[in-house]
Amino acid sequence: MSSAGSSGDSSGDSSGEKVSDEHVSVDADNQARYAVGIDLGTTHCVLAYTDLSQGEDGVESVLKLMPIAQLSSPGNVEEREQLPSFMYMAHHSEVKAGDLVLPWGASESEGQDASADIPLVGAIARKLGEKTPLRLVASAKSWLCHNGVDRRSDFLPMNSPDEVRKTSPLQVSIAYLDHLRRAWDHRFPEDPLIEQDVTVTIPASFDPVARELSAEAAKAVGFKHLTLLEEPMAAVYHWVHACADAWRDEVKLGDIILVVDIGGGTTDLSLVAVSEEQGSLVLNRVAVGDHILLGGDNMDLALAYRIKAKLASEGKNIEPWQIQAIGQACRDAKEVLLSDNDTQSVAITIPSRGSRLFSSKIRCELTRDEVTETLIEGFFPHAGIADKPRQNSRSALTQRGLPYAQDPGITRHLAAFLTRQQDATSNLFGNTGAVDNTVGDDPLAALGADPLAAPSADTVDFIKPSAILLNGGVFKAPRVKERIVTLINEWLSAADAQPLQVLEGCDLDLAVGKGASYYGKVRRGRGVRIRGGLASAYYVGIESTMPAIPGMEPPLQALCIAPFGLEETSPAQASGQQFGLVVGEPVHFRFFGSSTRREDTTGTLLDAWEDDELQELPEIQVTLTAEGRRVGEVVPVHLSARVTEVGTLQLEAQALGGQGGTAPQSWQVELNVRD
Amino acid sequence: MNLDPNTLTQLPVSIDLLHLVLSGLVLLLVVLLIMSRQLSSKLSNQECAPKSSGQAPTASRPRAPSAVGASTTQAQAVRVNVPSKLDSAAPDAALQLLALLQQEARFIDFTQEDISELSDSDIGGVARVVHEGCKKTLDKYLTLVAIRDEEEESAITVAEGFDPAQLQLTGNVVGEAPYKGTLIHRGWKVSEVSLPKLAKGHNTRIVARAEVEL
Repeated sequence: MSSAGSSGDSSGDSSGEKVSDEHVSVDADNQARYAVGIDLGTTHCVLAYTDLSQGEDGVESVLKLMPIAQLSSPGNVEEREQLPSFMYMAHHSEVKAGDLVLPWGASESEGQDASADIPLVGAIARKLGEKTPLRLVASAKSWLCHNGVDRRSDFLPMNSPDEVRKTSPLQVSIAYLDHLRRAWDHRFPEDPLIEQDVTVTIPASFDPVARELSAEAAKAVGFKHLTLLEEPMAAVYHWVHACADAWRDEVKLGDIILVVDIGGGTTDLSLVAVSEEQGSLVLNRVAVGDHILLGGDNMDLALAYRIKAKLASEGKNIEPWQIQAIGQACRDAKEVLLSDNDTQSVAITIPSRGSRLFSSKIRCELTRDEVTETLIEGFFPHAGIADKPRQNSRSALTQRGLPYAQDPGITRHLAAFLTRQQDATSNLFGNTGAVDNTVGDDPLAALGADPLAAPSADTVDFIKPSAILLNGGVFKAPRVKERIVTLINEWLSAADAQPLQVLEGCDLDLAVGKGASYYGKVRRGRGVRIRGGLASAYYVGIESTMPAIPGMEPPLQALCIAPFGLEETSPAQASGQQFGLVVGEPVHFRFFGSSTRREDTTGTLLDAWEDDELQELPEIQVTLTAEGRRVGEVVPVHLSARVTEVGTLQLEAQALGGQGGTAPQSWQVELNVRD
Repeated sequence: MNLDPNTLTQLPVSIDLLHLVLSGLVLLLVVLLIMSRQLSSKLSNQECAPKSSGQAPTASRPRAPSAVGASTTQAQAVRVNVPSKLDSAAPDAALQLLALLQQEARFIDFTQEDISELSDSDIGGVARVVHEGCKKTLDKYLTLVAIRDEEEESAITVAEGFDPAQLQLTGNVVGEAPYKGTLIHRGWKVSEVSLPKLAKGHNTRIVARAEVEL
C-alpha cells in the first residue's frame, strides 16, 4: 500500500480493464490531449489534469494539479492549488480597475459601466468578503441543489441591499468554471480547455435538476467533451490510481467499500461493491446517501462560537470580525489538538484590528477537551446503528435559507444510511450468487444466510461495509478518523462481522480533482472503471381518475420511468403507460425519486409505498409545441428516460405511432421548473 | 555697535556642544550605514555592491537638522536592496514581502509598537500570532533550505574551492583549504521564490491600506 504509485507492472491483469471498454463513449472527433478533472467544490475548486498522449495504461499516468492564478489582494496575482469558491461583488469605488488585472489581461470589470459592482472570484473574494459579508456569495453549490429557490434567478448575495449587484447560483458556478478556463488557456494556449476531456465532479447526492444545472454551467463555459462524476467515486478513482495495480490486493470479491467524503460544506456517502466479471474484479457504486449540508467549515465555526461563549462568560464581548478571526485560528489549532500528541491546549490570540497591536487584544485558550467535546462529540457522537438523525419539525413558514442539516451528528446520518441501504448489493451479488456474507434478495433470507449473524429481535439489520475510504480535510485530524472507524467497527462486531479495513493513500484535499482527471483516462478504456448508473429510481405521480372530493387528496400512483442503475449506454426505455397531452398547454407531473427501490423496472406502477421510500422532487413539466399539429389537439404519448453521455437524466415525451414511417415526434421534459 | 562683531564671533562658541553632538551623531550613523551596507552586500548579489558604494557619499553630507530623517530613508533603501535577488524589480519585491508579512503576521504593527512597558506574557501572546504569520508567509512564498546539513557545533571540513558567498570563515583564518572547523550556523538559502505577480502601476509603497468601517 505504501508503495503506491511505484508499481510499474500493470499489464498482468488487463482483462479487468477490458470489461470497461463497452462503456467507453468518447466522440470520434475528440482530439483532446489532456483529461482534465475539475472539483467544483462548495468552498474550493481544484483542477487536475493528465496527459492522454503519455502512458498507455492509466495507472501509470501522472496526475498534475494546475496552479490557479487568481487575485489574492488588489494588485496581487498569486498561483494557488485551490480557487476558493467565493464571489465578491466589489463596490466600484472599493478597488482600482488597474489593480484587478489577471495574467490573461482581462480585467474582471470589463464591459461594465463604471458605477456597476465588479464581481471578483477566488482568494480576493473570500478576503474582501470576510470584512464585508453583505457583498459575498458563498456556498453557491449548495444553492444549486436547493429545490426551494429558482436557481437561475439573481438573488445572491442573499439579504443584501438592493444596490448590490445580484447573481444566480448558476451564474456563480459559470464564473468559477470560466475563471478556471481562462487560467488553463493562459497556461496551455495550444490546447484550450474547451477542447479537452473535462470531468466536473458533483456530490453523489445531487438530484437530477442539480446535475442538469451543473452540466448547463459547464456547457455555458463551452466545454465540448464534458462528463459529470460523483465526488466519492472520484475519491475511489484517486485511490485506485494511488495504489496502481495493487488495489486488487487491497480488496477482494464481495468487499463493500464505504466512502465518507466530508467537504467544506457537504457530507457525501457512497457504497462501492467489489464484484467479479469475466474473472476480474470490478468496482460497482451501489448506493449513495442523501444530501447532507454539513461540512468542515461548520466545525471550525462551531469551535469559534464555543470560544465566543467562553469569553462571554468571562465578561468579554466578541465582535463579528473577531468570530471570523477565531474561526481561522481554530482551523489550525484543531488539527494539533486532535492528533496523538501531548499538547493539551493551544493559545488563541486575536490582536486588535488597529495598528496598535497590543491594545484590546483577545486572548484565550482552546483545550483538547473542548475540541473533543465540540467536534468529536458534537459532529461524530457515539451512536447506535439503529439511531436516526434528529429531525426538528419544520416551521410552517418557508425560510429562504440553505437547508442545513438539522442534526450535526454525522455518525447518526451514517447509521441511517447503512440501515437504509441494507439491500444495496442485492442486485449485484444476488444475481451472481458469488458472495455469502452479504444480504441476498430478501432481507429475511439474508439474515438466515449469514451463518455468523445471530440477530436478536431488536437489532437493526444494516449493510456491513468491509472497507472504508475517508476523504476530506476534516480527516487530517487523526482522532476524527479514529472515531468513525471505531464506531463502525463497534456496529460490525455487534453483528459478528469483520472489522473495517481502512484504505489509505487518499490525498485528502485534492483527491476528488485528481480522481476526476484519472477518470478521463479511464473513459478511454485505460484503467479500472467503476460502474455506476443512476443511484435512484425515478417516478412520475399519476392521480387516479376519480371524482374530486373536497378536502381529500385523490389517491396517487407512482409510475417508474427510470430504473435504478440505468446507465448512459442503456437505450431509452419507454414507460408502458400512455398519457394524453394537449398541444400548446404546459403539463406538470409530480416527480419522485427513490434511492432504495432497486427492483422496479420501467413501467412499474406503485399503488403504495413507505413514507421514506419515495422522496418528492420538484415538479417536471412538458409543453407540446404545435409543430404540424393543432393547438388543443390531444396527443397520446409515453414518457421515456435515458442517461446522457454527460451523465444527466433526460426525460422525453414521445408521440405514439409515428406518422408514416418517420421517427416518432418527441418533446423534452423540463426537470427544472419554477413558477 | 561693537556688540555685532562680538555676537557674530561668539555665536559658534555657544552652540559648539550641540554641533559636536550632532556631528558625532552623523558620524555614528554613517558608520552604521557603511556597516549595514557591507553586511547587505555580503548577503546580496555582487551587482548591488557598486551601486551602494556609489550612493554612500551622498549619505555623509553633513546636514545636521535632517540627519535623522536622511538616515531612516537610507536605512529603508538598504532594506529594499537586501532581497533584490528575489525579483528583478528590486524595491517592489521587498515592499511586497513587507506587505505580505503585515497582512499575515502584522509584522509592521509589531515592530512599530513600543514594547518596553509591556510584560513578557503580553508580548508572548502577540508574538505567537506574529511568529505563526511570519512562518506561514515565508513558507508560502519562499523555500528556505539550510546550506550545511551537518549538526551545528560539530566538526566539519571545508573542502578546497568552497564558495565564500555561501560559507563564511571566521576566527583563525590562516593557511589553505581544506580547513577543519566547527559549524556554528548552518546558514539559510532561499531555493525558490514565488511572490505574487503585481498589476502594472500597483503602488507597492502602500504596505497596509487604512481601513474605514462604514
